Amino acid sequence: MAREVRCKTVEEPSRVALAKTHAATPSFKNKTASGSHLSNVHLCISSSCFLSGAGQDVGRSCILVSIGGKNIMLDCGMHMGFNDDRRFPDFSYITQQGRLTEFLDCVIISHFHLDHCGALPYMSEMVGYDGPIYMTHPTKAICPILLEDFRKITVDKKGETNFFTSQMIKDCMKKVVPLNLHQTVQVDDELEIKAYYAGHVLGAAMVQIKVGSESVVYTGDYNMTPDRHLGAAWIDKCRPDILISESTYATTIRDSKRCRERDFLKKVHETVERGGKVLIPVFALGRAQELCILLETFWERMNMKAPIYFSTGLTEKANHYYKLFITWTNQKIRKTFVQRNMFEFKHIKAFDRSYADNPGPMVVFATPGMLHAGQSLQIFKKWAGNEKNMIIMPGYCVQGTIGHKILNGQKKLEMENRQTISNGQSEIERCEPGCCCLSLEVKLQVEYMSFSAHADAKGIMQLIRMAEPRNMLLVHGEAKKMEFLKDKIEQEFTINCFMPANGETTTVITNPSVPVDISLNLLKREMALGGPLPDPKKPRTMHGTLIMKDNSLRLVSPEQALKELGLNEHQLRFTCRVQLQDPHSDPDTLSRIYTHLKSVLKGYTIQHLPDGTVMVESIVIKVSSSAEEPNTKVLLLSWSYQDEDLGSFLSTLLKKGLPSGLSSM
Amino acid sequence: MFDLCHCQQRVYNKEQDNSVRLKIASLIGLLSKTQNFNPESILDDTLNTFNTEKSHQVLAQLLDTLLVIGTQLPESLIVRHRLIEVAYKHLSDTYFGVRNKCLQLLGCLGNVDTPLNKDGQGLVPAVIGDAQSLISDYFADQDPRVRTAAIKAMLQLHERGLKIQQTIYDQACQLLCDDYEQVRSAAVQMVWVLSQLYPESIVPIPSSNEQVRLVDDSFGKISHMVSDGSWVVRVQAAKTLGNMLQVSPHFLEQTLDKKLMSDLRRKRTAHERAKELYASGEFSSGRKWADDAPKEKVDTSAVNLIASGACGAFVHGLEDEMYEVRIAAVDALSALAQSSASFAEKCLDFLVDMFNDEIEEVRLQSIHVLRQISTNITLREDQLDTVLAVLEDSSRDIREALHELLCFTNVSTKECIQLALLELLKNLTKYPTDRNSVWKCLKFLGCRHPTLVLPLVPELLSTHPYFHTPEPDMDDPAYIAVLVLVFNAAQSCPTMTALFSDHTFRHYTYLRDSLSHLVPPLRLPGRTQAPGVSGIEGSGSVESAQLFLQQSLSRISTIHNLQDPGAQDLLNFTIRDLQRLGELQTELAGAADFSATYLRCQLLLTKALQEKLWTMAVPLCLKHNAMATAAAKQMLEETYKLEFLYSGLENRQVATIHHVRLQAKALQLVLTARTRRGVEPLISVCEKFLQEVESFQRLFVVELPHLQESFVGKLLDLSPKLSACKPGELVKILQTTLRQSGFLNLQLPKQVQRASATIIEPTGESDNPLRFTSGLVVALDIDATLEHVQDPHNTVKVQVLYPDGQSHVIQPKPGDFRSPGPHRHRLITQVYLSHSAWTEACQIEVRLLLAYSSSRLCKAVWSDSSTEGLQPAEGATEGTIPFGKPVKVFIMPKPARR
Repeated sequence: MAREVRCKTVEEPSRVALAKTHAATPSFKNKTASGSHLSNVHLCISSSCFLSGAGQDVGRSCILVSIGGKNIMLDCGMHMGFNDDRRFPDFSYITQQGRLTEFLDCVIISHFHLDHCGALPYMSEMVGYDGPIYMTHPTKAICPILLEDFRKITVDKKGETNFFTSQMIKDCMKKVVPLNLHQTVQVDDELEIKAYYAGHVLGAAMVQIKVGSESVVYTGDYNMTPDRHLGAAWIDKCRPDILISESTYATTIRDSKRCRERDFLKKVHETVERGGKVLIPVFALGRAQELCILLETFWERMNMKAPIYFSTGLTEKANHYYKLFITWTNQKIRKTFVQRNMFEFKHIKAFDRSYADNPGPMVVFATPGMLHAGQSLQIFKKWAGNEKNMIIMPGYCVQGTIGHKILNGQKKLEMENRQTISNGQSEIERCEPGCCCLSLEVKLQVEYMSFSAHADAKGIMQLIRMAEPRNMLLVHGEAKKMEFLKDKIEQEFTINCFMPANGETTTVITNPSVPVDISLNLLKREMALGGPLPDPKKPRTMHGTLIMKDNSLRLVSPEQALKELGLNEHQLRFTCRVQLQDPHSDPDTLSRIYTHLKSVLKGYTIQHLPDGTVMVESIVIKVSSSAEEPNTKVLLLSWSYQDEDLGSFLSTLLKKGLPSGLSSM
Repeated sequence: MFDLCHCQQRVYNKEQDNSVRLKIASLIGLLSKTQNFNPESILDDTLNTFNTEKSHQVLAQLLDTLLVIGTQLPESLIVRHRLIEVAYKHLSDTYFGVRNKCLQLLGCLGNVDTPLNKDGQGLVPAVIGDAQSLISDYFADQDPRVRTAAIKAMLQLHERGLKIQQTIYDQACQLLCDDYEQVRSAAVQMVWVLSQLYPESIVPIPSSNEQVRLVDDSFGKISHMVSDGSWVVRVQAAKTLGNMLQVSPHFLEQTLDKKLMSDLRRKRTAHERAKELYASGEFSSGRKWADDAPKEKVDTSAVNLIASGACGAFVHGLEDEMYEVRIAAVDALSALAQSSASFAEKCLDFLVDMFNDEIEEVRLQSIHVLRQISTNITLREDQLDTVLAVLEDSSRDIREALHELLCFTNVSTKECIQLALLELLKNLTKYPTDRNSVWKCLKFLGCRHPTLVLPLVPELLSTHPYFHTPEPDMDDPAYIAVLVLVFNAAQSCPTMTALFSDHTFRHYTYLRDSLSHLVPPLRLPGRTQAPGVSGIEGSGSVESAQLFLQQSLSRISTIHNLQDPGAQDLLNFTIRDLQRLGELQTELAGAADFSATYLRCQLLLTKALQEKLWTMAVPLCLKHNAMATAAAKQMLEETYKLEFLYSGLENRQVATIHHVRLQAKALQLVLTARTRRGVEPLISVCEKFLQEVESFQRLFVVELPHLQESFVGKLLDLSPKLSACKPGELVKILQTTLRQSGFLNLQLPKQVQRASATIIEPTGESDNPLRFTSGLVVALDIDATLEHVQDPHNTVKVQVLYPDGQSHVIQPKPGDFRSPGPHRHRLITQVYLSHSAWTEACQIEVRLLLAYSSSRLCKAVWSDSSTEGLQPAEGATEGTIPFGKPVKVFIMPKPARR
């Protein structure tokens, strides 16, 4: 009963590639419609040429898994790099026309980053999907805020049409079914899903998808090292058939987070003591909260007085949710929130535009993170001239942004008139022709700190060790890096590791166990036959009849099967003639055979019957001599099917002839 | 008792309901724990029930009962064998609980010594001998609970002294990857035990031809468990690592190793970078983008991602999400670092990093650990910098732990000293209450690094070769701090004094007098040394003081009877001498005070007895009487002080103290008899006194020979007569015995320490009253150090005395006590004050009390005595002794505004 699980990835870096792959791969629709038993993991990701860089690729995650006849979509992300149709996954892979509902059993969103959930309203409302969408409670709460923010920027600021509306986001969220950690949710009779903690961002989850005994674990993005506000990802030894893991940092092993934290705090502390101002450009969610907690506790510990501000708007809203979902944070915050919720900041206040000109030291968190527009840029312009001040870039900056420039040590900046697309998660700026320039001298100190919430190579290996999957599938990373990790995984765990190139289908053959009902009578009979205790580690053979009826499998005793099926019992007997050279008379030969068998087969009942036969258990042996050659005796052996083993043994034994030293009785 | 059990057995046999039988079985177990009950008598009945019992749950409970019976009869070999036999029989039960209990039984009662086995008088079937291999069969049981029980049983056998065979090592290692956390946790212990038993045996490494020592192999395996999925196992593994001291240094150092890479290129850790920068004499700019850019290419085949073996175990453990794991890892680091100097050097960076942990407990622990290993290490400048940054922590515990650490730290350069001084002064301005702690810290810093301080002296004292600089303010704590550093360094660096300016010498003499514990005696050139500054306090001074003490006491012992002429004068002089000695010689303060107090008691008694009142008629002696009563009362108080305020007393001294107390009580009795009319009240008092004499006799049977000539000795000689006589006669006997009894000599124990307390906060110097609305409460912070107080959690209380005579006694929480050193405790607590409105600010008194209760010593004796009697405090013998100086606090409750 070997089954297959197939994985398929579809690459679509450009229109051309899209067409090519499209033609090359058979339609997903056909496969599912034909009701084949194949399980598919269907993967659509794309790494962007526009935003290539060390581990900061903003791609769209959208994976289709087909397992045990169920089709599940994992994440429904969007691509930030494109402004046309390419920003959403191409759902025509699943169906050319009509709605997706009949082809998908459920959709699961791992966390609220837009590259994992950005295309959700598009898929559910514009393409059409009415089935359940699963996500954790925090994701469900924060996701619509980000989507709305993203929509506003795209539609209101850039004036795009043919985009999802606010109402669509609301409608889409109505289809969401919230998940709790470690709660097993039955999607239907066979399909069940279970969420595990993933770290990364608030509410991020790994999901186990299970149909029968086959299972797949999808990690989404996860983090194996705990930080100041979130814990580490954890999974039990669920031994899935496939573990689909992200591999953003496939070739990196990071330094201890303590050094990073210490460095960060030291730099901030020194600058503030000097009376300087510190600017920390951040994105609204995720790292901002970690850094806030870090500074808040440091201020508390060190009894510092300088004010800390964070920019209002999205961050404020997000903090509200962090406050609410305490159970999703780390041990320290969970344990102390009774006395005081760590997200109710004592030292951190909302920022007002006018504060930037206040004298004295201060620390400001401002969006966006790459310093290309908005508040962070405004503040930067004001503070750049003073060498007492400092700017700390907590993340990677895309080429062309001011963040990138100053990190590369540029001391004079040409400020241009830019138009910016921005959203909560990531901001991409584009240069408009014909801008006016002004120059700015950068005197303030520029620091770089890397706070990343993805698992590094060691973390990925640790997760594999925890879950013990039978097969491994790496996604969400660069091919070259994944190659290295793949080798390591195969070498270390001796499991198959796949890293499907985009557009490739991976098929994994699984070995599912088939549950069979066994009749109690049969079981008791077998138990009585021997063996002290049932030992689950050792398989045992038993005789019985397998009945497949009405979609169920039952193992019953042969008699019962005959009775149930209304069949008569047929006896099957084998007969065999063995020629033997023996000079004695027929009865003498028979008795010689009897003595011979008696000496060889100890512990069997052997009878010499008066009607000229020898019975060994139920095997009958008769002797007759041919008319032509009296010395050639013909032995007739006959045994029933059940005694096949003994019968064939006897026939080979007798074929060898009788030993000469035997005396007749 | 026996009947009860049999009754139960009968009920048990009749009972149909499983749960009732189960309860009965557990009851039998509980009952057989009763003292003086021989459980052997019910053993047969209990064993018989096994034959008929069908329910698995009840069987399990019965086995548990057997376990109790078995542990009650550890000597009986026969019982043990019978029990073990039962356990063997039920080991193959299908219910996990039964197997569990059987294994537990085997673990607790299984044969430990093989030789006994052979000559076990044929009682032992051959199978029973090898409990070990049998238990190890259950390592592979299908039920995780049974697997755990099997490992625990094996560990139990080990604890009882059985040598576990090495053959189960492989099995134990396999159990490390079990699916269940409790199995893994127990397996970690098992592997550890084996590694301690066979550290040097050689085991092969699978998939290679190499071999390693077993202790190294198991160290690697346990290190692996530090990144286990379950935090319980992680804690267990991290703790265990700290106990594996025999591991090779090569393996040990790997636990701190985590090869970094970025994009397949090798990266240096921040620690390595810091070290290199330090070595090259340049400071991290940290400003350049890609300052930490990866350098050389990594050989992909050589990178071992999931470190097989010990790689990076501590790096993971210290970064763990659960603080329990982090604390365990820090502790383990400390244990390992103390045994290996090179490892201590390496783990320094990691420990310093832990100073930034989010949980205060972890920070504190890592500071303590660093202090423990600081003898092995020298801090680099950049490390010191990180350490000093913690001085600004708002938690007093952290700061003081850090001061303690700095006291023991070695630093490498003069810049380090300067840095440390600067940060400590900053600390002083930010948290002025740390004054004492900072000064003490600088004292040690100066002592340890005289040569490093020397070049800094002109700068520190801001002297100038040509110009006279203004004289610094002597009251400035920062200036005192600097002076403490310099003077302590100058102690072992004679050239330093040449750099001092005139006022420095003046300040030296002032500080030497006012802060003598911080400023050492210096040999100053061209100055006549004041007597007492040095010289006298040589090394021999303690011995000479000791000798003096002994001499004074032996002089006293020449007194045979206190009625002797001149005895009083001698006592008076000796008491004065002893008091002075205690002040001069702090080491002997306890002993001297103790003796002086004892002698004062004797003196009081003598004086009271010499009063004329004894010869006077009763009505005339009222005035004198008052004085004698007061003396008796004071004697009683002093005896409680003697008994509970001093630690290190032996039974002999306690007996002496109790003897004085009896004398005081006898005196009181006699006085009551003389003043009161009527016999009725006297009878009960006499009875009580006789009871006390009796209990004294019982308590100090051993000491009685020493007390022959004393009051009690004489009293006991008369004892048969005493109990029969009338109160009037008793009083007469007491009166004469008191007068005639000899003086009891005091034998000093080796070490007597007097409990003392100093309230550091509030200082009592503040003129600003603490204002609060009357009827509401205000919290007063109290900070005190306690020395030589035993069990302060129960005994130390805070008393608040209001001007109107009201007093409150507050019991601090156990968490308010910290123990910074041996015999030293620190009480940091808050007391709540409240009062009705006052018209003006007034002072309240805050003091510490030492609560005592003699029931601690002789519960059985005193518990039956009623609380009615001569003194209300006496019966319960609970009371408090004020110790330490009280502190006055200005408070002002304002009337509430309506």
